[in-house]
Amino acid sequence: MDDKIITILNDTRPEFDFSKSKDFIAEGLLDSFDIVCLVNSLDENFNISIDGLDILPENFSNVDTIKKLLIKNNVSI
Amino acid sequence: MNLKFYNKKITGILTIVPENEIKFEDEIENYSFSASQSMKLKLIMGYNKRRVVKENTTTSDLCVFGLNYLFEKNLLNKDEIDALVLVTQSPDHFMPPTSHIIHGKLNLKKDMICMDINQGCSGYVIGLNQAFMLLEQEEIKKVVLLNADTLSKKVSKNDRNNNPQIGDAASITIVEKNISSNPIFSAVKVDGSGSDVLIIPAGGFKMPSTQETSILKKDDSGNLRSLNHLVMKGDDVFNFVQREVPQMVEKLLESAACSHNDIDYYMFHQPNKFMLKKLASKMGVSEEKMPNNIVENFGNSSGATIPMNITFNLGNKLLKESFFVCMAGFGVGLSWASLLIQLENLTFCEMINFK
Repeated sequence: MDDKIITILNDTRPEFDFSKSKDFIAEGLLDSFDIVCLVNSLDENFNISIDGLDILPENFSNVDTIKKLLIKNNVSI
Repeated sequence: MNLKFYNKKITGILTIVPENEIKFEDEIENYSFSASQSMKLKLIMGYNKRRVVKENTTTSDLCVFGLNYLFEKNLLNKDEIDALVLVTQSPDHFMPPTSHIIHGKLNLKKDMICMDINQGCSGYVIGLNQAFMLLEQEEIKKVVLLNADTLSKKVSKNDRNNNPQIGDAASITIVEKNISSNPIFSAVKVDGSGSDVLIIPAGGFKMPSTQETSILKKDDSGNLRSLNHLVMKGDDVFNFVQREVPQMVEKLLESAACSHNDIDYYMFHQPNKFMLKKLASKMGVSEEKMPNNIVENFGNSSGATIPMNITFNLGNKLLKESFFVCMAGFGVGLSWASLLIQLENLTFCEMINFK
């Protein structure tokens, strides 16, 4: 699952190495518009619709927070 | 606050869009982002093409053009207008009120009410509420509600967060008394603590425009804008909309003793496609019932997007058919407002180009 998430992240911002980052937001790898793109990709890849209220920077700061969000949307990890 | 109105009816809607069309791709080089990144956003946000006015076209020009069209087509008699309500955030001048300028250009009768309301994305519902309240007066039989903005002039061309979505437009809605109409239900909410979330910092009396306020500065994301330009905290606006709008609509439906099944269309303000899709998903509403195609075709024209949504997506159908419509506007202020209304048998419901 981690690999799949990293692949989606790399697809969102190919110029960054997400596997080496501990906090995508604080380190400037993702801004608010990147998060929109990321949510769209996660929705499409996992056939879910992430709740608009969950589209907060802290839910996209690393692979673990993204996994938690996927679990909340009934994605099997 | 919940409001309820009786014996009022919308009898016609006209939207006026500038002929000048800008495509997203034409401006992509203005932004300090990779083209591929911007093209991804284009698809997701619905950035495509937008209509903007020329430099010398004003809010009053759009409104006068539309009203003259209605006069010439005999769809509106100028002597029957008892009140003119203009909702805009891009007035021709700070003073006088732009509604008075429109009144003067059209040589309307003196025995009437003219007013400007400073509202943006909630402005259609707020303007309708004002029109309904005016119609409570015995002498007021017909109100012309104008929603018009030319905000493209206040957006930095190097601001990818805002520039691709902003469009200019005007709408004219005729509101009248009608004994047989169903009740109209509305809700209006305000949170002034978010007044800085969507703002044009300079150009008013607090911070007049100067050479200094016109200096372009780069934000954290790489967008260039000055204090004279519109700036939006996109995250805050998005979260506010997702938090407040669905529950406002649910409570409105409850107050009207109806359910989502009773609603034929959700004609919502359209800042971008992504926000509308997320709203539809959260509310359990199909995208067919909540059109999201205005930004991609015309841009976000603030208070005019709801009437544009109606004229573009329903148009002539409303001359003969009847639809129960839920409207919702949300944005600057912060403010958010919604309305449940039966739209039927309109005299006109169309869109024209400003020439």
